[in-house]
Amino acid sequence: METRYSDILLLLAPETILVIAALAALAVDLFGMRGQTDQRRHALAFGLSAFGCLAAILSIGIGPPDAGALPHWLHSSTATGLVKTALIGLTLGALAMSARSAFTDHLGELYFIALIALAGMMLMVSAEHLLLAFAALETVALSFYSLAALRKQSRQAAEGALKYFLLGGVSAAFTLFGISFIYGATHALTLSEIAAQPLSGTAPPLMSIGMIAIAVGFGFKIAAAPMHWWAPDVYQTAAPPVAALIASASKLAGFYLFARLWTVGLAPWIVFNEEEAGIGGWLPLLALLALASLLIGNLAAIAQSSVKRLLAYSAIAHSGYVLLGIMANNPHGTASMIYYLLTYGLAVLGAFALVSLVEKTCGDDRIASFANFHQRFPVEAFCLLIFILSLAGIPPLAGFFGKFYLFAAALQSPDAAQWMFWLVAAGIAASVLSLYYYLRLLKQVYTAGSEVVARNFRPDPVIRTIAILAAGVVVLLGCFPELVIRDLPEAFRSTIP
Amino acid sequence: MLSWTIYSSFAGALVCALWPRLSAEGCRRTALSFALFGLLCALVGCRQYNVPDGGVQLTVQHSWMPSLGIGYQLGADGVSLTLTLLTGLAAVAGILFSWNIQHRSREFFAFFLALVGGCYGVFLSFDLFLLFVFYELAIIPKYFLIVIWGSTRKEYGAMKLVLYSFAGSALVLLGLLAAYVEAGASTFNWIQLKEHSYSPSFQLWAFPVTFLGFAVLAGLWPFHTWAPTGHAAAPTGASMLLAGVVMKLGAYGALRFPMTLFPAGLEAWRDELALLASIGIVYGAAAALVQRDFKFVIGYSSVSHMGFVLLGLMAGTEAGLSGAVLQMFSHGILAGLLFGVVGRMVCSRTRTRDLNELEAFRLAKRLPFAAGTFVLAGFASIGMPGFSGFVAELQVLIGAWKAFPTLAILAGVGILIGAVYTLRAMFQAFFAKEKPFAHSPKEPLSPLTLHEKAGAGLLLAPTIAVGLYPRLLLDLILPSLSPPLLEPLIAK
Repeated sequence: METRYSDILLLLAPETILVIAALAALAVDLFGMRGQTDQRRHALAFGLSAFGCLAAILSIGIGPPDAGALPHWLHSSTATGLVKTALIGLTLGALAMSARSAFTDHLGELYFIALIALAGMMLMVSAEHLLLAFAALETVALSFYSLAALRKQSRQAAEGALKYFLLGGVSAAFTLFGISFIYGATHALTLSEIAAQPLSGTAPPLMSIGMIAIAVGFGFKIAAAPMHWWAPDVYQTAAPPVAALIASASKLAGFYLFARLWTVGLAPWIVFNEEEAGIGGWLPLLALLALASLLIGNLAAIAQSSVKRLLAYSAIAHSGYVLLGIMANNPHGTASMIYYLLTYGLAVLGAFALVSLVEKTCGDDRIASFANFHQRFPVEAFCLLIFILSLAGIPPLAGFFGKFYLFAAALQSPDAAQWMFWLVAAGIAASVLSLYYYLRLLKQVYTAGSEVVARNFRPDPVIRTIAILAAGVVVLLGCFPELVIRDLPEAFRSTIP
Repeated sequence: MLSWTIYSSFAGALVCALWPRLSAEGCRRTALSFALFGLLCALVGCRQYNVPDGGVQLTVQHSWMPSLGIGYQLGADGVSLTLTLLTGLAAVAGILFSWNIQHRSREFFAFFLALVGGCYGVFLSFDLFLLFVFYELAIIPKYFLIVIWGSTRKEYGAMKLVLYSFAGSALVLLGLLAAYVEAGASTFNWIQLKEHSYSPSFQLWAFPVTFLGFAVLAGLWPFHTWAPTGHAAAPTGASMLLAGVVMKLGAYGALRFPMTLFPAGLEAWRDELALLASIGIVYGAAAALVQRDFKFVIGYSSVSHMGFVLLGLMAGTEAGLSGAVLQMFSHGILAGLLFGVVGRMVCSRTRTRDLNELEAFRLAKRLPFAAGTFVLAGFASIGMPGFSGFVAELQVLIGAWKAFPTLAILAGVGILIGAVYTLRAMFQAFFAKEKPFAHSPKEPLSPLTLHEKAGAGLLLAPTIAVGLYPRLLLDLILPSLSPPLLEPLIAK
């Protein structure tokens, strides 16, 4: 069948709109805004980006849900539409945050790169072909390296970005290596074709090596232990909006692709099969990643004094939970994964917005600097309470239902029920551990330090709006999860053969 | 009407937290009126409940998450009603005893009412997911109540209490999810889940996991250590609620979920758990005997009295079960009263909780009302006939006697020690002879306020009423224990 370019353009309309908006933001800032104040440059660039994002959401809304123009390259469904909308929303939130910060004067580039990263993440969600997935992955990764390095006046930021870049390069090599092994074993690069290939002869060891290499590469992307080393440094040194973007949107896109890779493409090789010696199966592999992430993330978070590092380690632990959703290998598992990452992204975005507020007023992000936050910013403190408790998994906030749904889905896993039971038990135990360090932060916010330096603490309207919106959605989705999860399992039944 | 107990508490919490320009006094009055409304709703609910019919009545059903089989389902049987009533009484009394809160009073009452709302929710939920949501919802307010308004080692006490509660609820969550999946992953409705017969091997592990999870909150030995430190660190109103109601959440949850869903598991673990409960009775009493801190005496006595609840639950006889429920009510009232007298009437005035130092105050003469209340409450908790404690503990002992005679004797020893530590604390704190060498603090103690007296009266009335006429509550409780609802609990 002949493929028409107009069809491809139609299929990729949201991504195209975003690229145009990115170019427009760059060009206008470059040519039209010389000598203007930063505030006006921010306003214009953000306005263009926001316009592009809204147009993209609109085109997702009206676009055909399953345009089959490139069946072996791209897929789209209700679920991809929802995930893409969520990605746009989270990026928009991070961009609004960066409009209030002065960490760089390369404003045009900032918005340009962020929107390109967004387009890349949306491609990751749609990708059906491993090479396209890899290209999208690298687009996103390169954008994030540069975003992390944009804070040029800070030596630590340069160090963090370099670390991110070097480790990221290695992980990309691993991913590509893994893809080539899988191609070698199955002679296919499309997810559905890989799953359909019957294996024989020497293939299984090749598959195992390929799967391990891919797990290493993706483990880096989603900050799962033991490939998590970059996360604390990057979260701490990058500008808060960038860190928020890496923690929320990038994770959602990365996990979505990761989940499809395992549960669609590599579905036949899920468990250890004793009859065909040599097949390791990816369930034990991911189980190891999940256990290590839960343990290392939560234990290391206890010892942190910087809130951004604390959030980084807790992000590692959260990756451990989400891996359970992939291992569940059923529609509920993937649906719970998306719900979890969406609400986690919102909470972490809001938390980073408020951390940036504290950094601005107190100079650093130590836990001690949060003392009396509730007296200086009562509304923001209440929002922070909601974000942190949601991360800890306390009802009626979204984080609670997210964990609950993940665990319930994992226990319904068709494979290796014993494994899954102990993993769920470990996850539940880890959540008890996490409450300790979350409460330590909240105690500072609400109780400690009676002496406040009398300073003029003016609330930032943009930060406040972001925080209230994010907190509102976290509460809303926590009370009525059905709003999101109603259609998700069905959407996945249609994509997972 | 009954479900408005929950809504009014949360609405009150929101009003206290968010209403602009609410003065401290206005906030107290708002909290009190919302709590009174809750108590009124609970009383109306008791009237509306048709006792002869028994079973779960007054249900509220809404679809919530149909794709997971989760519904918003409230209802009540005799056990829930008894405990709802207890929550209402403890909430009103707790607010009356918190009238002196000046520091950040809006937040105090907001957290307080949120905790009360969570407790109501647990007692009235008949969807186990909903029950668990309310159960966890009640954890965080406790932390802030203790860490902001508490005293002596409050940060340690608060964190310990919260982590113990959360660890307990983690066990419950594991068991709940397993029970859900095992029954076909289609519903969390208690009545439907009860129809499913779980395999004995499943019950054998699921029962102890969930039961222990709930029992942590009920103060089962050896998982009780959060209770004395937490209760002693909490501000008076919060200790009244913690010892009075929150510990009952654990016992109620154990009765509602693991015991009814996993009868075979209960049968297998009955002896071991009864032993732990009896050890708790004696251990708590013995520990209370040697405390110097007045609040710790009451804290350990709570552990001991909750041991009776757990022993009664394990007895597997109708007398034991009804005694356990009655003891939940009785201890809830009495623990609240004792913490109120000790924390608010005495210690906030004398500024010491050390029994040796309190001797010098000659409180019986200076605070006669406090002394009188403590004497009544003390005798009631010893198990003096005429008070609710007597009826409840006697029923538990009768119930336990049939199943475990040795343990019943052990529990009897616990009652004796209970009499000793209560009398010791009473005499040291209130009726000590003035020592000639001890300097007696001369500064005047402020007289008791009307609110404190009203709070004390509110709690004394039901304990005497139930003590003199136990059928007041037993008539409500007993039909709920008979078939078909809780039938599996009675040992064959």
